[in-house]
Amino acid sequence: MNDLHWTELIVFALLFGVVTVMGFVAAKWKAGETLEHLDEWGLGGRKFGSWITWFLIGGDLYTAYTFVAVPALMFSAGAAGFFALPYTVIVYPIVFMPLLRMWSVSRVHGYVTPADFVRGRYGSPLLALLIAITGIVATMPYIALQLVGLEAVLRTLGFNGSGVVGHLPLLIAFIVLAVYTYQSGLRAPALIAFVKDILIYVVIVVAVIYLPIKLGGWSEIFSSADEKFKATPAAGDGLLLNGNNQLQYATLALGSALALFLYPHSITGVLASRGRKVIKRNMSALPAYSLVLGLLALLGYMAISAGTKPIMNQATGKADTNTIVPVLFQDQFPSWFAGIAFAAIGIGALVPAAIMSIAAANLWTRNVYKEFMHKDATPAQEAKQAKLASLVVKFGAVAFILFIDPQFSIDLQLIGGVMILQTLPAVAIALYTRWFHMRGLIAGWTVGMAWGMWLLYNIPSADGKRQHFGSSALKLNDLGFFGWHPFAGNSLLIYAGILALAANLIVAVVVTVIARRLRAFNGTDETNPGDYHVDEGDKKLKKIGAH
Amino acid sequence: MALPGKTGSTLRWSPWNLLLAVPLLWLITPLYNRIGPELFGMPFYYWFQFVGIPVGVLCTTLVFLKTADEPTTPAPGAGLDVDDLDEGTGR
Repeated sequence: MNDLHWTELIVFALLFGVVTVMGFVAAKWKAGETLEHLDEWGLGGRKFGSWITWFLIGGDLYTAYTFVAVPALMFSAGAAGFFALPYTVIVYPIVFMPLLRMWSVSRVHGYVTPADFVRGRYGSPLLALLIAITGIVATMPYIALQLVGLEAVLRTLGFNGSGVVGHLPLLIAFIVLAVYTYQSGLRAPALIAFVKDILIYVVIVVAVIYLPIKLGGWSEIFSSADEKFKATPAAGDGLLLNGNNQLQYATLALGSALALFLYPHSITGVLASRGRKVIKRNMSALPAYSLVLGLLALLGYMAISAGTKPIMNQATGKADTNTIVPVLFQDQFPSWFAGIAFAAIGIGALVPAAIMSIAAANLWTRNVYKEFMHKDATPAQEAKQAKLASLVVKFGAVAFILFIDPQFSIDLQLIGGVMILQTLPAVAIALYTRWFHMRGLIAGWTVGMAWGMWLLYNIPSADGKRQHFGSSALKLNDLGFFGWHPFAGNSLLIYAGILALAANLIVAVVVTVIARRLRAFNGTDETNPGDYHVDEGDKKLKKIGAH
Repeated sequence: MALPGKTGSTLRWSPWNLLLAVPLLWLITPLYNRIGPELFGMPFYYWFQFVGIPVGVLCTTLVFLKTADEPTTPAPGAGLDVDDLDEGTGR
């Protein structure tokens, strides 16, 4: 720890201090009558307007991990890493309509989580529990990954020890985050998101203007990337996609887009908004972040062109490619500007981590604690429970990083994406129709989940070093059903999550048809068709923070 | 299943909604998986995918403008707050 970069560290610490103060002050920002209610602590009073929602959801979806991992992927794999761009191009048009329905029905009935909606739509605590558990399990490793992003920055700043001492700065940052989230709830990340996103925009605009000039122009950058990929023996990399990974590219982009707003933290951001207009405006305004993401991805190529070398992780003894972007900034910019860039990434880890832990805490409180453990919990008791749960979730994530190889969180996040996709029929399709029988949804979820895990388990990593959970790209050749291989000899790759979702839907349809034949009871629906269209100001809306 | 006596339609359909399917073209990789023509030294593959962003924005914006929600009455006593001023929607 002798070679700390002091200027960078001071700038980083100053900005970190600013957001910490903001995090605590946020409790009083646009405060309601009480913070002791999930509408207030967990959803910021359900009254955020277009600007706040834009910063909040932008800060929520475009995470620190994205900022370090996407360029790192471009750096090592090339064109395949660019899937983040079509993914974010298609996601907003896809979710435009369903999100409006989700907002309206949740506002009429006071739903706080997607599982609350499923509970109301089907009256089945079991189905709601499955959705809630899926959400919590998929979110936990995602929080841990934010720490991976933060750690990449800390390592570049010079904190590169092993053991608990090496992780101390990370631990301190997370304790601070946990305390102000506990106190201020969703208002804290909403306020901090302003700082995070403004810093990110400034850093990216400067980087994509300055670096290409310094490195000799875009054609220079692309040709040095091309040279690098041609020199490596790996078949999957290159400036363009090859014959085998195009299907994977498209299905991964589609699967990720379908999954994004099924994640509980995305829904939290949407439900915290004031009305349908706010959501509609944001569907048109959020792609501004996609532009930033695309430019950020290209930083991976700039790092190739600039000859950036990733830092060796002294805890594991392996090169940490996630440090590519931080090191690029350290090498190419004055220290004070690198400090700002690091703060942008570091704060970029705090905002989503806070929202994710709040979303997971809401799920726990509403769909496990209140449903099964304390049926007549008051709103104040719910808020208390959620605050405590948010602490547990965060320290669980820290434990992941401290005691388990970070690679495990990356694997889990891969699994999490496939898992959350399995809630699509019960959450997204149920917004439109109740045709699916709840038994069909439960059976589909079970099969999709089990098969998805099985597929991922059997995918080795591209370099052949690891036998299991190596990637989410499945060779069609390896696709088998009880020994039958319909695509034997086919070397096309496909995203495993899409296959699992297809299996889920097929099983759900079959079981639904059978259950309807048998006239099995399909639960009770507390929602009315009109509930899916109401907007702010309507008489039907449930009073916010009502007891 | 909707009980008899429940009111309101389930779906509101407008042909404008079809615009939301246009960005799905960006999933068809053979459309853009090539080097030329380059723009400012950037291969077609990269800049074409960037073009998807404004196209997506155009589609969602048109749908927003062309499909209106049911008219609502403003909540009584709701005063102007900072967002209303921000957005210019102050009444």
